[in-house]
Parts: sequence; structure tokens; C-alpha cells
Amino acid sequence: MTAPAVARPAAGEVRRPTARPGVDRWSVAVEGFFRAHAALVYAFLYLPIAVVVLFAFNGTTGSSTQWGGFSTRWFGIALGDEVVTTSLLNSLIIAIPNAFMATAFGTMAALGLQRAGRKVRLSFDVLTYMSVIVPEIVIALSTLVLFATSFNLIDSLFGVKPAFGHLTVIAAHVLFNTSLVLLLVRARLSGMDRTLVDASADLFATPWRTFRQITFPQLLPAIVAGFLLSFTFSFDDFVITSFVSGPGSSTLPLFIFGQVKRAVTPETNAVAAMMLAFTLLMLLAGQAILTWQARRAGRRADAGMAAIVTER
Amino acid sequence: MTALTGDAPPRPAGERLRSGLLTSLLLLPAGLWYLVLLVAPLAIVVVFSFGTRARNGGYAPAFVLDNYVRAIQKSEPFITSLQMAFLGTLGCLLVGLPLAYFMATRAGRRKGLLVLLLVVPFWTSFLIRTYAWLLILGPDTGLAGIVLSVTGTEIQILGTGIAVLIGLVYGYLPLMVFPLYVTLERMDRTLLEASKDLGAGRWATFRQITLPIALPGLVTGSILVFIPMMGEYVIPQILGYGRTYLMGNALVTDFLEARNWPSGSARAVFLIIMMIVTIAGYIWFVNRGRRTREVSVL
Repeated sequence: MTAPAVARPAAGEVRRPTARPGVDRWSVAVEGFFRAHAALVYAFLYLPIAVVVLFAFNGTTGSSTQWGGFSTRWFGIALGDEVVTTSLLNSLIIAIPNAFMATAFGTMAALGLQRAGRKVRLSFDVLTYMSVIVPEIVIALSTLVLFATSFNLIDSLFGVKPAFGHLTVIAAHVLFNTSLVLLLVRARLSGMDRTLVDASADLFATPWRTFRQITFPQLLPAIVAGFLLSFTFSFDDFVITSFVSGPGSSTLPLFIFGQVKRAVTPETNAVAAMMLAFTLLMLLAGQAILTWQARRAGRRADAGMAAIVTER
Repeated sequence: MTALTGDAPPRPAGERLRSGLLTSLLLLPAGLWYLVLLVAPLAIVVVFSFGTRARNGGYAPAFVLDNYVRAIQKSEPFITSLQMAFLGTLGCLLVGLPLAYFMATRAGRRKGLLVLLLVVPFWTSFLIRTYAWLLILGPDTGLAGIVLSVTGTEIQILGTGIAVLIGLVYGYLPLMVFPLYVTLERMDRTLLEASKDLGAGRWATFRQITLPIALPGLVTGSILVFIPMMGEYVIPQILGYGRTYLMGNALVTDFLEARNWPSGSARAVFLIIMMIVTIAGYIWFVNRGRRTREVSVL
């Protein structure tokens, strides 16, 4: 790589004057195509988000999707709607414990796998990828069937029937998010500087102290990212929640889906816009924490969350 | 704890036992979760797929192949899913390849920003971004409304396969772009110059240099979008009004409306087998002897 890199500028200088004008015009056209295409794709990606936010400020009084002037009234209506506030509360009751559990389980497993044998590692790998790759709808329905069957069994054995509710949703969310945290932390572990751990051991630190002072700080960005992503994925999840929740544990995505199936109202958009703002704020906060942490550790502030998630 | 140097004697049995115990404890919660909420549900679905429907819905123990026969006879949702997933993957590829190429070769210092901008929508609610297309394509404020007021002709996009396809490409595009971007970004740029110096045109260079290098990323991306598209449920439900009847919809009908758990289970097993075959093919492709760079599934 180094030799061609040195030779390249010289070669470029020699070639440039010999390029024919016809070829240049072609290059300009190609360049223009790529630029225009990229701009269009990014517009395509952000258009739906922009539209939802825009229509949340729709002042129309009816339930139609026609534009009726700029207004913030629907935000007030949404926040005063008891169904919305109850759903929000349910979403938080589910997302927060889920994030703590998934982060703990995923981090522990990543550390454990480092110490485990080949067979254990391989079976964990298969399970982790399965939980990420099996379509969500399959996981959701089979979990529903498992819960329903075992609840009936418990009923017939002990005469008490467990019900679908917050706990069933949390349990189901933790599965996917544990895998997510596990993958993030493992990626970080494998890229970690082992010499520091060895040095620490040479300096008579106990394994626990080495973990606390060397390993954990290095893993922290991945753990923070894992926590925030687990929270967001649970907060935004629709498919799994809709099949394993009970009558009292309906979340915001379920509320939105119910509205969408009837008719999208400005209130739907207001709730959606607040959800979008909330998740984006969470991720920005995560980004800020990571940048701050990297700067304090004297490292170059890299792309943060994005870099961790797309590391490989 | 006395073993501080590299050439230390083997650790005593007590310490080894303690170390093994710690490893097990660390793996216990995640292992338990995988066992109870992944292995058990999938196992129960496999068992149920050989059973019969109880009289008032659910599952009655039996060992019959009727459900599989039925799933093959009524394979329409499966075929529709295959078609939509195939077209959706193709759409992601057509939109994603030029973008990934632009990001990898022409974006310069803005690369990081462009990657971030690609991830951000992906982190926000899939449900919200999907229903937004109701507003964009719909008859009131959307495309159909604009077309009506400009040309006077009424068009129907929502509730058709086209709306579902737009939703699929929109929803899964980033999963196609990331692996493509990663492989193209690692590409040795001097190869392009060498090709040019040897008199190859743009098309020849693209076909003989860029495409073979991008191939692993292309395959990874295609699998990453194809598999979830096969099991997609929200998009056909919202943008297709449930009329484009995919595997996801058929599963929900079987399990919840018909309450025919064995029939739904057989369909689910079909989907899982299809997924395993795809991934096995992928692993074979990645490891096919040549020095192809391994691209992780995530």
C-alpha cells in the first residue's frame, strides 16, 4: 500500500494534462449523476420523518390529513389524552428494565465468552445470530404460543394462571437486546489492547482491579451504546410487543398502530413526532457521552455511536 | 493469583474450579434467556407443526404431516413473499450500489457524516417511518392527491404491491448500503488507476474490478435485506392494507384468527428452513476457499 501511495501523485500529474476534453465532459456527467443520486437518496430517507413532523403541526380541527395552517394544538391534545400518557408510561416501564437487563446480560456474556471453551463459544454464536436473524414475526408468534401453552399448564397444575403483561413483554424484548449488546461489547473486546491487561497483572493488580481500571473503561463506550440502543429498540418495538402484551400493557407503538389502522390524525403525528424527538435526543446524548469519554481518555473523538454500530 | 508471569506453573485445581464457576455465572443469564425464549419457542413450533388443531382452537397432540401438505398446497403467501422480497432486494441494490460507491470513493471528508446520516433514520421507529408513507402517497396530501389535482386522473398507490415495495426498499436500504460501503471503502484504489492506465473504459473497469471486489458486500447486503423482507408484517399491513398477503400476514391469520396453531407452525418452520438454507449458502460463499474477505452478518 505504501509504495503505490507515494507514486500516485506523480502519476496523476503526468496524466492530467493528456486527458482529452471529451473524456472530461463524461467524467463531469458521471460525477453529477453520483451527486444527484446521493442527494435524492438522502431526501428519500428523511422525507417520511419530515412529513410526520410537519403534519404534527397541522392546525386542522377535523381528523382528515388535509393541511389547516400551522399550530401546536395537537401536541397539547396528545399530552392531555389519557390513552397516550398511559401508553407512554407502559413504554417506559418496559423499556427501562429491559435496557438494564439486556446490558447486564449481554456484557456479562461477552466477558464470559472470552474465558469459555470453543464449543460454548460456537453454540452462543449460533444462538446470538439466530435471535437477530429469525424474522421478528416468527419469534413473536412462537413466544406467544410458548407463553400461552405454559400458562395453561401452570393453570391446570397449580390453579393460578399467569397473565400477559409488562413482564412478558420485557422478557421477550430482553432476548433480542441481549444479543445486540453482546455483539457490540464483543466487537469492542476483540479490538482491545491486551498489553494493558498484561501490564496491570505484572504490576500485581488483582484480576478484579484490572477489570475495573483497565477493561471496563475500555468497554464503556460499547456498553453505553448497547444500553441506549436497547432502550430505543424496546421503546420503538411494535411486532413483538403487539403479540405478547396484555390488555394493561399497551405501549405507544401499539397506540400509533391502532390509530393508523383507523385513520392517521394530527394527534397520531404529534405523538409520533414526540417519539422521534425523544429517541433522537437519547442517541445524541449517547453520542455526546462517547465523545466526551473519548476526549477525556485522550483519544481522537471518532464517529462515536455510528462507528461502534458499523464497526465491522 | 500468584500466577503473574507468562511461564507460571499450571494453576491449582481450586483456582481452576473458581475460574470455571465465574465463566458459567457470566454466561448464565444470557444462556437462560436463549434457552427459554429462543430455543424453547422454536422447538415448540416444530413440535406443533406435526399436530392437529384442537376443536376450539390451539393445538392437539398428534403426528401428522397434514400441515406441511396444506402449507405447500396453499403456498401463495410464500410465493408472494418470495417475489416481493426479490424485487425489494433488487430495488435496494439499484438504489444502494451507486450510493455506496459515491460514499466510498467520492465523499472525501464527509464520509463519516454520510454514514451517520444513513444510520439515524434506522434508529427511529420503523412503524412511524412506515406509516408516514400513507401521508406521502395518499389521496389527501400525498402523491395521489397531487396527481389528481394536476392531471385529473385518479391513481391508487396505497393498498397495492407498489406501495409495499416502496416501503420495503425504504425500510431496508441502509442494511444494503453498509456492507457495500465497507467493501468498497477497503478497495485498493490503485487498481482502478491501473485499469485506466491499461486502457480499460469505465464500464470495463466497473465490471472487471469494482464489481468483483464489491461482490462479498453485495451478497451480504442482499441477505441482510432479503431475510427480514421474507418475514415482513408491518409494511404489507399498513401500506398494502393487508391486500398484499405475505408470509407474515398468513402466519398471523393462522395463529390468531383461525387459531390453527399447527398450520401456522408448519408455515413458520418453512420460513426458518428457507432462512437456514440462505445463510448456509452465504457461509459457503464466504468461505469458498478463495481469500475472500469475511464480512460479518451484522
